Amino acid sequence: MQTDQRALLEIRGLDKSFPGVKALQGVDFTVRRGEVHALMGENGAGKSTLIKVLTGVYPRDGGTVKLDGAEIFPHSPKAAEALGLSTVYQEVNLIPHLSIAENICLGREPTRLGMIQWGAMARRAEAALARVDLKLEVTLPLSSYSIAVQQMTAIARALDVSAKLLILDEPTSSLDEKEAAELFAVLRKLRGDGLGIVLVTHFLDQVYAISDRITVLRDGQLVGEYETATLPRAELVSRMIGKALSQMPPPQHGGSERKAQPREPLVELRNFGRPGSIAPMDLSIGKGEVVGLAGLLGSGRTETARLIFGIDKAQTGEMLLEGKPVAFRSPRQAIRAGFGFTPENRKTDGIIPHLSVRENVILALQARHGAIKTLARKQQEDLADQFIKLLGIRTPGAEQLVVNLSGGNQQKVLLARWLATQPRLLILDEPTRGIDVGAKAEILKLVQSLREQGMAILFISSELEEVVRDCQRVIVLRDRAKVGELSGEQITEENIMRTIAGQPQ
Amino acid sequence: MKVAPATVATTSRPDRFEKRQTRWWSSLVWPVAGLALLLLFNLIFTQGFFHVEVREGRLYGVLIDVLNHGSKVMLLALGMALVIATGGVDLSVGAVMAIAGAVAAQLINKAGVPFPAVVAASLAVAIAAGGWNGLLVGGFKVQPIVATLILMVAGRGIAQLITDGQIITFTDARLTYIGNGSLLGLPFPVLLSLAMLALAGVFTRRTAVGLFIESVGDNQTASTYSGVHAGAVKFLVYVFSGLCAGLAGLVAASNIKCADSNHAGLFLELDAILAVVVGGTSLTGGRFYLAGAMVGALFIQTLTTTMYMRNVSADVAPVPKALAILAVCLLQSPLLRAKLAAQFRRRTA
Repeated sequence: MQTDQRALLEIRGLDKSFPGVKALQGVDFTVRRGEVHALMGENGAGKSTLIKVLTGVYPRDGGTVKLDGAEIFPHSPKAAEALGLSTVYQEVNLIPHLSIAENICLGREPTRLGMIQWGAMARRAEAALARVDLKLEVTLPLSSYSIAVQQMTAIARALDVSAKLLILDEPTSSLDEKEAAELFAVLRKLRGDGLGIVLVTHFLDQVYAISDRITVLRDGQLVGEYETATLPRAELVSRMIGKALSQMPPPQHGGSERKAQPREPLVELRNFGRPGSIAPMDLSIGKGEVVGLAGLLGSGRTETARLIFGIDKAQTGEMLLEGKPVAFRSPRQAIRAGFGFTPENRKTDGIIPHLSVRENVILALQARHGAIKTLARKQQEDLADQFIKLLGIRTPGAEQLVVNLSGGNQQKVLLARWLATQPRLLILDEPTRGIDVGAKAEILKLVQSLREQGMAILFISSELEEVVRDCQRVIVLRDRAKVGELSGEQITEENIMRTIAGQPQ
Repeated sequence: MKVAPATVATTSRPDRFEKRQTRWWSSLVWPVAGLALLLLFNLIFTQGFFHVEVREGRLYGVLIDVLNHGSKVMLLALGMALVIATGGVDLSVGAVMAIAGAVAAQLINKAGVPFPAVVAASLAVAIAAGGWNGLLVGGFKVQPIVATLILMVAGRGIAQLITDGQIITFTDARLTYIGNGSLLGLPFPVLLSLAMLALAGVFTRRTAVGLFIESVGDNQTASTYSGVHAGAVKFLVYVFSGLCAGLAGLVAASNIKCADSNHAGLFLELDAILAVVVGGTSLTGGRFYLAGAMVGALFIQTLTTTMYMRNVSADVAPVPKALAILAVCLLQSPLLRAKLAAQFRRRTA
């Protein structure tokens, strides 16, 4: 393995497994002094595992990690910090009610005879802040400043530990444009000081604005290391998704008809949005139509779904349901209007783990009936049995607890929950994530048969193949805004990727 | 709804989990076993524990006293079980007992207030107290422990205000009957708690309320996304807990024929929580077991009575009780259970 003379951090052949998953397999990663290095990849690519191994949260199973040419074995985040590896997380992990100075010096307070030297501490904090071009009253509590300043404080704290390598995990997702620009100015200055900076972000624009080089991971493996200046965006997107642009299979339009026949719209969004969540967008979903939402992780797909389903309130624009304006303040109201939503995080937001399959299936229908008009036990059992058979839910019986089912079967239980309410619009957020191939195929088949019966479906998936095969129209999102809409023959994986990258043909 | 059939399911696959969940009494096994163990201890070592006799058409004996004295915690445990099932806790029930007792004692001594109005007013005040907790927790999303701590602290002060800082005694036969009367040979409070158990059972299991409580407690986000009004469910359980505390407060005041704002129901919230936990309901929320909570209350009362009868000084008595709490909480820890199971496997392997 060749060595890079300018290398600050050199990772070679890094392995890390969790029970049942190889999170990292033989990953190489090199960060030079004085560079901003973007670490890119979709969900499950291994970015966070890499960072956690690097900062001592997890021990590594194999491979070498060298800092300044010497191999290191950090066994805790604190040990990693002492070696010069500092991490700033998306959610600022400082203590809001302590002062800026206390936060910067926390755990390393200047003391004499066990007493804190407050004056020395303030001076040290001011010096650290000066490196990020910030002049603050360091005795005020952290919470009295904006998130952006708190973010900078976290960086100043990292610098105070005399960091050699700064790892920024999604630093801009809670910042507005101006604040992000300020953050980048600081990063450029630190780069000039010879610091190595690792940037994890989903915002393509920002990667191109600030980074020098890019490392792409996919499914725990290294895809490649690139110079940012010479890597076209579409190329980057295709590397992340795992499809070479030249090797694209011819579009398969499966059984679904692609004729752009005008469909009667069920739901129309006009200028519908929420600042900080998703930019105002227009969107219509017809009866008997599957509309896909495509985009990278963090592009605003789930945010759109949440807005339509009434989990978050829209602040701009309006939603029309069969031509009549509606405004949902809660999922309950959306459900009453005939909407259903299977969330992306099945375990935390979808299933009720310690209730039975029967109870999970009837929950939404019963909630719509209210507490008093109870479904008879017999009716509940019939419904559960009906859907167990219909969807092929593999369970010993309707009284089995959902937590004991496999991921694919849990997903089918969620689908059954909504099908029991006979929805008009079904929003499926990553319905096939983390489930086996057989269950995937069954769920996609079900989506088509629901469409044929006239149900409107909003289909969110990271798998472009699924989007291309199963959707009549595709809305493309990037950086929390709609950037394109494809229909009919336009729907190909290549077109979607080019639209995501902002380079339509 | 017609949907193209997916692949045929193999629903008949045998599974070791299946039987365990279909038997309704399975949840009662552990609390009943604990109670049985305690009774067995007394059968052997404590003289006269099982002596029951009939005097004037009424049963007397230690066991009857256990039932009688345990009824206050049994009542509280019913409401507490539902609150805990939603992932909350109600620390204010002891103080609400004091308020309910104070209202009843004040009104019964006023001329011209009919007896049903006295009971109704005192329960209405208790329900309002529960509604206040429910509003804070369900409406304003205050943490349950903090929200109910407010009334736990302030409640006794409110009771003092109602009684003007005095201990109010009363002699009304109807009010004293609630805590001291007997019906069909059994103390009235016992029948009252059994009636409330039946009512709570119907209220939660014959309607969808029980399903909503358990789903909110097990996964609030998923329940909200499914259209369950989590705030309303929480409001309801705190109101019910208030009602139960009101009834327990009437029993407590009636027992001693006076309203003692400082001591009525003191620390009983802790006994009620313990009873619920012993009864198999997890403090993290989810599935609740009303009958289990009742058995848990009896377990605790038996424990208290046992110590009393074996001349354990009242100052030391909390220690064994605390040990019982510790044992139960440790048994509920999944970590400990997994470790014990691993130990067990290693030995048998």
